Amino acid sequence: MIKRNKKEWLIVTFHTTVAAFQMERAAKDMGFGGRIIPVPREISAGCGLAWRDEKEKQAEIKKCLDDKCIEYEQLVLLTL
Amino acid sequence: MIYFDNAATSFPKPDFVKQAVIDAIDSIGSDGRGAHEMTLRASRIVYSCRENIAKLFNAEPTRVCFTLNATMALNTAILGLINQNDHVITTVQEHNSVLRPLYKTGADLTFLPIDGKGNTKIDMLCKNLKSNTKAVVLSHVSNVTGNVIDIERVGKLCKENNLYFIVDAAQSAGVFDIDMKKMNISVLCFTGHKGLLGVQGTGGLCVAKEVEINPLVVGGSGIHSFSHTQPDEYPTRLEAGTLNAHSLAGLNASVSWLNENGFAGLREKETNLAKIFYSEICKIPEIKIYGDVLSKNHGAIVSINIANEDAGMVSDALYQDFGICTRAGAHCAPLIHKAFGTTKQGMVRFSFSHQNTEDEVRQVIEAIKQLLP
Ligand SMILES: Cc1ncc(COP(=O)(O)O)c(C=O)c1O
Repeated sequence: MIKRNKKEWLIVTFHTTVAAFQMERAAKDMGFGGRIIPVPREISAGCGLAWRDEKEKQAEIKKCLDDKCIEYEQLVLLTL
Repeated sequence: MIYFDNAATSFPKPDFVKQAVIDAIDSIGSDGRGAHEMTLRASRIVYSCRENIAKLFNAEPTRVCFTLNATMALNTAILGLINQNDHVITTVQEHNSVLRPLYKTGADLTFLPIDGKGNTKIDMLCKNLKSNTKAVVLSHVSNVTGNVIDIERVGKLCKENNLYFIVDAAQSAGVFDIDMKKMNISVLCFTGHKGLLGVQGTGGLCVAKEVEINPLVVGGSGIHSFSHTQPDEYPTRLEAGTLNAHSLAGLNASVSWLNENGFAGLREKETNLAKIFYSEICKIPEIKIYGDVLSKNHGAIVSINIANEDAGMVSDALYQDFGICTRAGAHCAPLIHKAFGTTKQGMVRFSFSHQNTEDEVRQVIEAIKQLLP
């Protein structure tokens, strides 16, 4: 393990890179503070990028994914 | 920001490349379509680029065919020469741009393994020949380890056994000497945006005499418009549709520069940076290094892991906390990760350029030390 402050995050994974950027665009419009990260190895995902955000945002993000019809793979909580 | 992702694409591009692209946007029409001055200017640039590429690789200018990138060149070569009744010898270091077209042909495939340092066991090639072996397809330099395959030796074996030799030069073009004739290469596939220092959207294949590739894409050619089939003549045979002449103007400028100034000095500078990096981090017990970095011929690539930390998390920390750009994950080369046992962990790849400095290398070594557990 490398030296880094860890905490529990909400992670969204996608089948394609395009969906990760749909999420980034939507997050910008909604004012979410998260960002794109390399997909953590704990999750095997179709796409190498994932969205990482505050876990408290889970409901809002789920709603945003559904409202904007962004195809995602999983929504999980992970300590990174 | 410190950029150590030159194996993905070289950065920054030289000023004369930028200028050549801008000048082309301001002055050219489309290549090979009509005879007014605007189209002639485009055709002259594209032709000059063919000549420069031919000079660099000792190829025939009329058999230099341009594509979008190495991937499209490899698809064209592999799908246009190999069918399901053939046997092909390739290696575990290959990129998916070689592997996936090969799988798609349905051909019988043999993968030459690597040793502990990631060097491909070329001496196993002859033992694996079959009566229907048609080709050897391999990358000159691995994009994961930076290890170099002696393609002159492989070319000789291909000649002796009457096989096509298809080379993926994505990581070696503009870095290591490539002579199609001396190395007996049937098809050389290159990309314009890495060691050749050009912009993205350029690449191609140089096809040796008597190698007849069945075109992957057919369409507008500017000649023989009433024929139902793509013209047989190279390069038109493999160049349906309008070429990316604006970007080829940039490639023309960079390859012309490489031909005039040579690239051995650039290579020495970048491989020296890789060696400095290696010699410092190899002293750190938590770090595992993949590849034969100190070998006489080695690309400026060093891939590592820190203990058993997820490579993606290391790469993310390097960028977020230190502004250092690296590449993590599988690097589109699944079989070499299987061989090294890193399919889950991935690797963090540092790829250096002659434009990096020793000071930047020292900074990354310090950053890695700070991340250590
Ligand atoms: C070894 C190797 N082969 C092929 C390619 C494909 O090149 P491109 O993405 O420009 O088609 C790359 C780089 O991405 C590579 O490193």
